[in-house]
Amino acid sequence: MAHKSASLNKGYAPFLIPGVIAFLLVIILPFLVNIGASFTKWTGIGTPKWIGLANYVKLIGDVNFWASFRNNLAMIIAMTIIPTIIGLLLSAILFDYIANKFGRGMSNFFRAGFYLPQILPVAIAGVVWGWILQPGSGALNELLKSVGLDSLARNWLGDASTALPSVMGVMVWFQIGYPLVIFMAALQRVDPELLEAAAIDGATWLQKFYYITIQLIRPEIFVVVLTTTIHALKVFGQIYVLTRGGPGTATLVPSYYSYQNFFEKANVGYGSTIATVMTIIIILLTIVFINVQSRQQVAEGF
Amino acid sequence: MTSASRIIHQVGKYLSLIVLTALLLIMLAPFFIVTLNAFKTPDEYANKGPISMPQGLYWGGIEQFWKRVDFTTKLLNSALISISVAILGVGLSLFNAFALGIGKVKGRILLLIFFVVANTLPHEALAYPLYYFARLVKLYDTQLAVILIFSVIQSAYGTYLLSSAFSTFNKELLEAAMIDGCSKIRLLLNIVVPISMPTLSVLFVFFFIWTWNEFFLPLVMLISNSKQTVPLAIAVLQGQHLMDATQSAASALLGILPCIIFFILFQRTLTRGITAGSIK
Repeated sequence: MAHKSASLNKGYAPFLIPGVIAFLLVIILPFLVNIGASFTKWTGIGTPKWIGLANYVKLIGDVNFWASFRNNLAMIIAMTIIPTIIGLLLSAILFDYIANKFGRGMSNFFRAGFYLPQILPVAIAGVVWGWILQPGSGALNELLKSVGLDSLARNWLGDASTALPSVMGVMVWFQIGYPLVIFMAALQRVDPELLEAAAIDGATWLQKFYYITIQLIRPEIFVVVLTTTIHALKVFGQIYVLTRGGPGTATLVPSYYSYQNFFEKANVGYGSTIATVMTIIIILLTIVFINVQSRQQVAEGF
Repeated sequence: MTSASRIIHQVGKYLSLIVLTALLLIMLAPFFIVTLNAFKTPDEYANKGPISMPQGLYWGGIEQFWKRVDFTTKLLNSALISISVAILGVGLSLFNAFALGIGKVKGRILLLIFFVVANTLPHEALAYPLYYFARLVKLYDTQLAVILIFSVIQSAYGTYLLSSAFSTFNKELLEAAMIDGCSKIRLLLNIVVPISMPTLSVLFVFFFIWTWNEFFLPLVMLISNSKQTVPLAIAVLQGQHLMDATQSAASALLGILPCIIFFILFQRTLTRGITAGSIK
């Protein structure tokens, strides 16, 4: 038997050749070149000039970078924290209440409706909201005027005080469907008898939600929090379409800042530095993710 | 239960439904309002604003936008790129996962970790070198460049997902085939592929839609109008003050529609897949 399974495991390595070549050319080599470029001054034309850690030193003192980093945290609030909380509440209400009182069809209908924004390309979601939030007679402003709230109408994306909250609102709208769908699937695992037993023991809905539901679907909550955090750190398309990082640096994010340095300011070296720092943060998060997930799987006996 | 508490229960039941419906309407309002205004004449929009009902179905805005950006070409570009990536990406994932998940080649854990990390890499960290290399080999501003890049990027996820699916593959079946003298390539094509068809089709749909929705790298790689994809063409036209508001709404609607069609077509595959591989 040992002999047989040994021969079974031979001859597979050649199947990795196309993959290895492709990954070398499209991922590994560009990735290393990007890191290399982060130590240079380079306009993209001619020879890059080695400047050591100068770009990194510049980054630490760069108020624009810190503004973009702060906006990244705002994106984590809008894309991770708020959607996860709303997703938890909505999924519990749909699964535990609506599905029981009105049937599965009704809860699936709501789920599909809340999920709909998620099917859009990020750029198109940006176009839709850019249209609604137009200054002057945009749809939102007109709606406010029609209900007598004229004083609330404003240049949502053009005003430094409302641009970031507006973009955050768009992100919440876009993201809610993802945790909702994942959590509703996870809830299938929750044993209804456990909830019934708790109810008989006098637990309120909120207690059941907190002590049973949330504890049981913790692995999914964890997956959603980490993947959406990574998405929030990478956000680009919506910013490009809605605000181009403006006004000023009010909605600037690192990905857009690196894009500007690459393709608008011809500071390729500095753009690479921003991209490298982004990558380090995201890889660190991914490693945490893999570690905790595999520890969880071990704990659950997979 | 007293009749009073029964009434409270009934009221609570319908109240929750009303609150949820109100929330749903807010979520769907952007779709409604864009659709409403895509069918208005510019005059109607100017006089009655964005929140009135259209007086009739006016197709002019959609027609003008369609002609202006040559939308047929954009649809074909997006379809060509997305289908090619789906085919190549699934193929690449299949080869990788065959070696890692079924063959269990040495160092596969490290390789799998590499694929997971590659999957989460920000495209910004690859963009400039890819752009630079593409110019060197004269692939800049071609759909082929975008196809090759995304086939590899998507297959990082595909390799991870398929490898874990293959690790539970029926061993006896594989051994029986090997004893019958089946070659590795025939093992892959005649046994592994047909049996894992459901997973492969989920991957195919995922790759197709993800690639259709991509924005950043197509923006970097495709500069000419005739090469651009649907989201790219619609997005770069905004902000140019050439379009009136109704045409702009029409453009947004044209961006939404293909995705709604995909959603309806692939709904079952997608819901199966989203929950199966929630890492992306």
